[in-house]
Amino acid sequence: MIQAENLTKKFGDLIAVDGVSFKVEEGEVFGFLGPNGAGKTTTVRMLCCLISKTSGEARIADYDVGKESDSLKIRKLIGLVPDNVGLYDDLTAYDNLEFYGKLYGCTEAQRRENIERFLKMLGLWDKKDVTAGTFSKGMKQKLAIARALIHDPRVLFMDEPTANLDPESSKTVRDFILELKKEKKTVFLNTHNLDEAQKICDRIAILNTKLMAIGTAEELERSVRGRQTVVQLAQVNDAILGALGRVSTGKVTREGDSITVDVLSPEKENPDIVRAIVGAGGDVQSVSISTSTLEDAYLKLVKETK
Amino acid sequence: MNLAKSWIIAAKDLKSFLRKRTVLYTVVVLPLMISVLLPLVVELTKQRGKGIPAASLPGFLDAFAFFFVIIPAIVPTPIASYSIVGEKIEKSLEPLLATPTTDGEILLGKFIAAFLPAMIATYAGAAIFMTLMDSVTYGTLHYLFYPNWGFALILLVLAPISATLSVEASVIASARVSDVRSASQLGSLMFLPFMGIYLAGEIGLITLDTNNLLIIAGVLAVVALALFRVSTATFRREEILTKWK
Repeated sequence: MIQAENLTKKFGDLIAVDGVSFKVEEGEVFGFLGPNGAGKTTTVRMLCCLISKTSGEARIADYDVGKESDSLKIRKLIGLVPDNVGLYDDLTAYDNLEFYGKLYGCTEAQRRENIERFLKMLGLWDKKDVTAGTFSKGMKQKLAIARALIHDPRVLFMDEPTANLDPESSKTVRDFILELKKEKKTVFLNTHNLDEAQKICDRIAILNTKLMAIGTAEELERSVRGRQTVVQLAQVNDAILGALGRVSTGKVTREGDSITVDVLSPEKENPDIVRAIVGAGGDVQSVSISTSTLEDAYLKLVKETK
Repeated sequence: MNLAKSWIIAAKDLKSFLRKRTVLYTVVVLPLMISVLLPLVVELTKQRGKGIPAASLPGFLDAFAFFFVIIPAIVPTPIASYSIVGEKIEKSLEPLLATPTTDGEILLGKFIAAFLPAMIATYAGAAIFMTLMDSVTYGTLHYLFYPNWGFALILLVLAPISATLSVEASVIASARVSDVRSASQLGSLMFLPFMGIYLAGEIGLITLDTNNLLIIAGVLAVVALALFRVSTATFRREEILTKWK
């Protein structure tokens, strides 16, 4: 549904996005992770045909990003929730959506149906006649999401949709994104909320001007460091280390009375490890599994580019 | 260009302005004040002495008529400023630019929203002005001075050009400032050249007769065309999102 190949954006001498390539499948929730200034918003703006690309290629569905004749078609196909909600504060929630529905060329019946549907889904139907300026941040964010969906787009770009929201509102937005996934909508989610990305994204790309990594949350976690079994013993001796060397294919490291063994499958390998230690006369006090997190992966990849 | 989309944008803006008292006051009060005050000055002059002699009166009235070029230069600026800088402050330009509308359609929508109330206010004010002025000058002139070709030229050619120039100046100003008041003040500077022409007419440097008005209209049309190019170059998606303050 979305394809980018060596997508680059320069502002004068500043390279905001540097040769980024990725593919997003239809119905996928794709997370775009990166620190502030990583080029996430610039990438979204290029894909939404809001700003031009300096070089590279990008396609949304069958249309070329950057081709003048395709830009209006792309904008019909997509919905955008920008980082600033940008509502008309002096218009009611209903009028805000009505205005955008008209601009997207929705018929009156479509507008009426979609406004009611999305305002009800997001719990704002009771507030439809209230001016947006009086809304809380969470309500404004929900209204901005409804606005982006008013024309039933196939692709939804969301730029930090839960930033500055309270936990309850954030959860509502996340649940709503998962609802959209059920409707086979493609969601491109810009975020620096790792927990959120892990919870709702099928795949995640880590960007820091350049694309650092791409994959599922598990793949990214594994890319930093594999799983490890940590065994705490009463005392470590050479016999125990020797026994472990015979049963384990992974690296064995000792730190005081603790041994760390790199494992591929802890469920399969841990019983052998424990048996080997006990067989060598060791007293096992505790066994734990250590895995790297998405945060480890993110921090490592972002650090690498500094 | 899809005019319907421009009209949707204009209609939304007009709906917003109706709720903004400061904008409404500018649109209603200024034309009304000029339309009533000028005939009142003529009437008071008449009551306090001999009044303006019949021979000089047409010259004064031609100069007074030029206020209806100045009004449409002032009235659109707060509207255009609210319309563009207001959206910039509310950060509502990005979602608007993400819709399938062209830059030209959005700019035209903004133009209509500022131009239309200015012209309605100018024409309503002109109707009041002509009625009152004719009633206070008929006793001296013994004929109805308004309407005449010069005033028709002002209302049908010069006033729309003047409003256009004002909107264009506001668009250009809006790109460079980040608050409505500054944009409005910068945009309203557009009335200064018109005021200069009016004063030149009053002190006799030029005569604001039909021939000279046609020349002024021609010059202003050229300036409006030049500003149109600058304002359309300013109001581009990429410029707005990456270079506007």
